[in-house]
Amino acid sequence: MRVVVDFDVCESNAVCMAIAPEVFEVRDDDFLYVLLDEPPEELRDKVEEAVRRCPKQAIRIED
Amino acid sequence: MHAAAALRRDGYHGGLTILDAQPHHPYDRPPLSKELLTGRFGPDDIGLRSAEGLDVVWKLGRPVHGVVRDGSGPGGRGGRLVAGDEEIVFDGLVIATGADARKLPGTDHLADVGVLRTLDDAVALRDAIDSGISTLLVVGAGFIGLEVAASARQRGVEVVVVESLGQPLGRILGDDVGAFVARAHRAHGVDLRLETGVSSLVAAASGGVEAQLSDGSVIHADRVVVGIGVRPATDWLAGAGLVLDDGVVCDETLSAAPGVVAAGDVARWPSRRAGRLMRVEHWDHAIASGEAAARRLLAGPDAEIFDPVPWFWSDQHDMKIQLVGFAGPDLDSEVVSGSFEEDRVAVAYGRGGVLVGMLGINRPRHVALMREQVTSGVSFADGVAAARAL
Repeated sequence: MRVVVDFDVCESNAVCMAIAPEVFEVRDDDFLYVLLDEPPEELRDKVEEAVRRCPKQAIRIED
Repeated sequence: MHAAAALRRDGYHGGLTILDAQPHHPYDRPPLSKELLTGRFGPDDIGLRSAEGLDVVWKLGRPVHGVVRDGSGPGGRGGRLVAGDEEIVFDGLVIATGADARKLPGTDHLADVGVLRTLDDAVALRDAIDSGISTLLVVGAGFIGLEVAASARQRGVEVVVVESLGQPLGRILGDDVGAFVARAHRAHGVDLRLETGVSSLVAAASGGVEAQLSDGSVIHADRVVVGIGVRPATDWLAGAGLVLDDGVVCDETLSAAPGVVAAGDVARWPSRRAGRLMRVEHWDHAIASGEAAARRLLAGPDAEIFDPVPWFWSDQHDMKIQLVGFAGPDLDSEVVSGSFEEDRVAVAYGRGGVLVGMLGINRPRHVALMREQVTSGVSFADGVAAARAL
């Protein structure tokens, strides 16, 4: 599982960080940083939820 | 949409039909008042991704006129929908018809007065802006009105916003936040008139609309957008034997009747967290309640109770306003990071010594990281301390 963020679309709403802080972090500079490009399978449910709940539909999973 | 996607994800393999009165494929609404008006996105850019590749039968542009719950399905559930001359039999029904924008009475005949709710509304307003209108009047300084005002300013349109209350969003977010939002709009050139209503709208001889305001002034606007709230779309459910009272009244699991659930703007359910019947019109709620309603259909009465923390955001000018949980003038509040003066602030809200909300203006990190504490309801003092430590 590979996490891909479209940074042209991302607006740092930080919803993904609230759901999967292991993978996504919005820092104090208000930019999103992907901490794990290829998160382990046990985080799949959380990452999929982050994909669904992203207000900008900016996150994808590539298997 | 989200209920349908969740039904498939949770293992429902039976027939699934989606009916919608609108002819368009499902689209995302937040860009309608923002990117669609500024021209960053076109209608083709805002398709709802969760609708892609879904194994369903689409019946778009098909308003449903009535529901007969005859208990013909398994376990005495089920019934049929009447859509024009067609009848559709169902075992389970998800009611997700949302809400319709309220209009000003007596303005239906005015071509230049509209609302902003659907893709067609947004395209009509965008086309008007594209054609070079010079003045836009926005009635109501709620989220939609303010976002439209910000987008129109960005396009160089003169914007007048009238609001009958003393502050924009004051009832929802409190007067401090309301005053800040008012300042921000004025700094961006919005002519914001508070404690002002519209007395009359008439077609102007020169085109556009002449608006008489309650302060006695008269302004000419090429276009008027009315943003005075919504009304749950439940007319089609009259006679279906459901409780309709400012929405479809459900139980704690979003069940409205055997085999019937409701989700999104139209659902009104008893929130334990809020201690009252709630109806939530946020984007995130459409997903959360859609998924919960789907689980309720599949799991039956043993389904988990639905009691999430509301979350929303609103982008206006260079402000990103976000709220997790509850805010408002009746709650305790404390600034936990930044300040209104620096356009970057986080505010904690408490009720009875419990943390119930975290608001951020250009502070997404605080809102995201405090979501868990707001959900679990830590003490207000602990919540304030935790937020200050971020």
